[in-house]
Amino acid sequence: MTSTKKDPVLVVFQLSGGNDYLNTVIPYANPIYRDARPTVGIAEDRIIKVDDQVGFHPEMGPLKKVYDRGDMAVIHGIGYPKSPRSHFRSMDIWHTCEPIQLGTEGWLGRATRDIDPKKENVLTTVSFGPSLFRALALPGTPVAVVDDLDNYGLLPGITEVEQRNKILDRFARMYSPAIGSSAVMDYMGQTGLDTLEGADILNKAPGMYSSNVEYPDTSIAKKLKGIAQVHMANFGTRVFYVDHGSFDSHSNQNGMADKLWKDVSEGLSAFLDDLREHNASDNVSVLMFTEFGRRTHDNGSGTDHGAGGAAFMFGDAVKGGQYSEFPSLKSEDLEQGDVVPNYDFRGLYTTVLEDWMGLDGKPIVDGSFEKLPIFA
Amino acid sequence: MSDQDIALMAHLMRRAGFGATRDELEACVAKGYEATVEELLNPEDQVELDRNEMMRFHPWTWRPGTLPGMGAAEWLHDLVNTKRPLEEKMSLFWHGIFATGVSKVDHYDDVMDMIVKFRHKGMGDFRELLLEMAKDPAMIYWLDNNDNHADAVNENWGRELLELFSMGVGNYTEEDVRDCSRAFTGWTIEPKLPRGPIGRHDWFFEYREEDHDDSEKTFLGHTGNHNGEDIIRYITDDPACARFIARHLYSFFVADEVQVPAWSVTPPRDPEAVDLLANTLINNSYDIRTALRVLFNSDFFKNSRFERLKNPTEVVVGTLRMVGGAEFPAPGIGDLSRQPNYMGQDLLNPPSVEGWHTGAEWINSGSLMRRVNFTAELVGDVSHPGIRNMVDRLIAKGDTSPEAVVNGALDLMGPLEVNPESHVELVGFVAEGGDFAWASTDDIEKSTARVSELLQLIVSLREYQYA
Repeated sequence: MTSTKKDPVLVVFQLSGGNDYLNTVIPYANPIYRDARPTVGIAEDRIIKVDDQVGFHPEMGPLKKVYDRGDMAVIHGIGYPKSPRSHFRSMDIWHTCEPIQLGTEGWLGRATRDIDPKKENVLTTVSFGPSLFRALALPGTPVAVVDDLDNYGLLPGITEVEQRNKILDRFARMYSPAIGSSAVMDYMGQTGLDTLEGADILNKAPGMYSSNVEYPDTSIAKKLKGIAQVHMANFGTRVFYVDHGSFDSHSNQNGMADKLWKDVSEGLSAFLDDLREHNASDNVSVLMFTEFGRRTHDNGSGTDHGAGGAAFMFGDAVKGGQYSEFPSLKSEDLEQGDVVPNYDFRGLYTTVLEDWMGLDGKPIVDGSFEKLPIFA
Repeated sequence: MSDQDIALMAHLMRRAGFGATRDELEACVAKGYEATVEELLNPEDQVELDRNEMMRFHPWTWRPGTLPGMGAAEWLHDLVNTKRPLEEKMSLFWHGIFATGVSKVDHYDDVMDMIVKFRHKGMGDFRELLLEMAKDPAMIYWLDNNDNHADAVNENWGRELLELFSMGVGNYTEEDVRDCSRAFTGWTIEPKLPRGPIGRHDWFFEYREEDHDDSEKTFLGHTGNHNGEDIIRYITDDPACARFIARHLYSFFVADEVQVPAWSVTPPRDPEAVDLLANTLINNSYDIRTALRVLFNSDFFKNSRFERLKNPTEVVVGTLRMVGGAEFPAPGIGDLSRQPNYMGQDLLNPPSVEGWHTGAEWINSGSLMRRVNFTAELVGDVSHPGIRNMVDRLIAKGDTSPEAVVNGALDLMGPLEVNPESHVELVGFVAEGGDFAWASTDDIEKSTARVSELLQLIVSLREYQYA
């Protein structure tokens, strides 16, 4: 359990498309790495060495600083058995914790329900992105989805205040769940009401914010800045969600990954600095994941869909370092050419849910899984 | 001409196109339902859009290459103005299945070329379309088949071909994926030139015999030295393929299905309808036009009014066609073309090869807000000819009671069916201003302003989000 008095906040950062484990946390001391990756292997002099076994991708310099101050955890070999190697199915599994059947309830939707069972705050969970990620989906549980924080509100075209209030009043009544209507109608009704309420609160956030930290001019940095603004406005938001991609590097991997990791590293490190500058970092932890790692052997230009991958945690409360173990790269240990996951992602979720958020992880991830001492 | 005829025709035009004005609906009803279906199914009988007009006023929208944000402007203009609505609707249908995006292809022209193919082949033989997609340069690059070599197999295209374009999970094995991919080695693009000063060079399909894996493969139980054409034949010979396409047609034109990844574990909403469509495809050489004819004339279609949520393109294009005034390619066309994106459907740039998640997944607080704000702004402006026409019809009718005016407006906006509770609120809102009056110029001006507010409230309704 965390000792901080402020409510713990979780930021989930999704690397969409399948980030390549072996070129992010590079097992440079292992000769098999060099053999398996004649084309996309990263030259040893570019690797940012972490210890005598592994190093970070060359563009992860800003994050190496976070690692060095003990605020970044690397979780090796994360995944689940029988990886389907499909983006969509894999992402669904990460989102719903349902590796066998198809799930429709998102793990963070369930967490949101447990944090705020009476739905007292429509901003308990805020997602930055044009679409609602399945991890956040749970019928009846509100999640605010923000695309552009600076331009957020309903019917802004009606400028006459009294008339606008009259119309919004009718809007609210028309969106109240109607008898005998469908589940989708009910869902839309609740979404409409939540939108109305959330907009009134959220569009105040940018005006309440000032900072000396300069974010880079990238789409991911803009979203992270929005998260910082909402967090610092103290609206009671406990879960944030953001994604970046695509990391689906079947070809031309090296140039592509350089740009992606540059944007992610710079954006995230600006975000963490911003929170620290405002004394708002002690109750924030960031969980970064991807749907799968990529194949051990490159295909001559990139890497195909694989299985085991790496996840990361960031934050003041995070006990930095490396967790779990790097899976074996020996060909006899690979499964269909992929490193075999040796740590179940639901264990990391349980760690975050129980040791950080103070929730009961078992019903959310549907089972008991080994935790890691990241918050110990 | 009964109200029921108008309501059914409005349903057909919303689904097979992007809605129609009341004048158009009346003309269609006069022709008859089946005749209107035939007209939709035979777009070549209608005049094609003059594409030079866009060229003349917005030359940068024609083959915009890598110009950010302008790519869908030409298509948006087509969608709003076409006289062949089903042809464009089918392009949108196939774009959602063969989902290919500029996020990776980095060239609007190549993705737009796919849309043109959908326009020309989208109602023909599906087997030809599938082969066309296997040779499509944007698709080849999108799924890395240009990196699928005889000595280094890249499974991206091979897997998605089976999983998302033709059969669905559960109808093939991992070995099938492998050998399917091997059969498509050597199917690549040329020229592989670097990017030029004003963008990239156009790509063309190329088959490189020397890079094709010429050894034996086993696919869906057939062993031999298969090439890509053989694979497509084996796929389309399998009834799973017809069922897969039939279910897509049902979900897009009839009623929202669960998302595609759930199809292998969830039975169709209406198995008989999907079977009928699948058998129609099998018995008619995969002719999509024949399947659509069966679909639009079926009872399950006619009884599916407001059973599916509009996708963002339907919201944007449908509302633009309703309010009118976007026929001429006005300066705002670039901004209009980005509106579906703000509601979660970035045309020519789907989020992934899975396409867009549909139905209730279109709706979240951000996208709902965009839908309401965009449509309310358009219908609130009585200078738009379509809105002007609605007001004129209300004036001609001369109703003065709030309830009658609400009913008149709902009729002209659809006809739209609303919950009794919503109806009470609409009437209650309008009644705050008392009865309408249409006698003097001053009366008309005041009443028109109130109608404009009423229309804004109507498009804010949940019911307006259904097609």
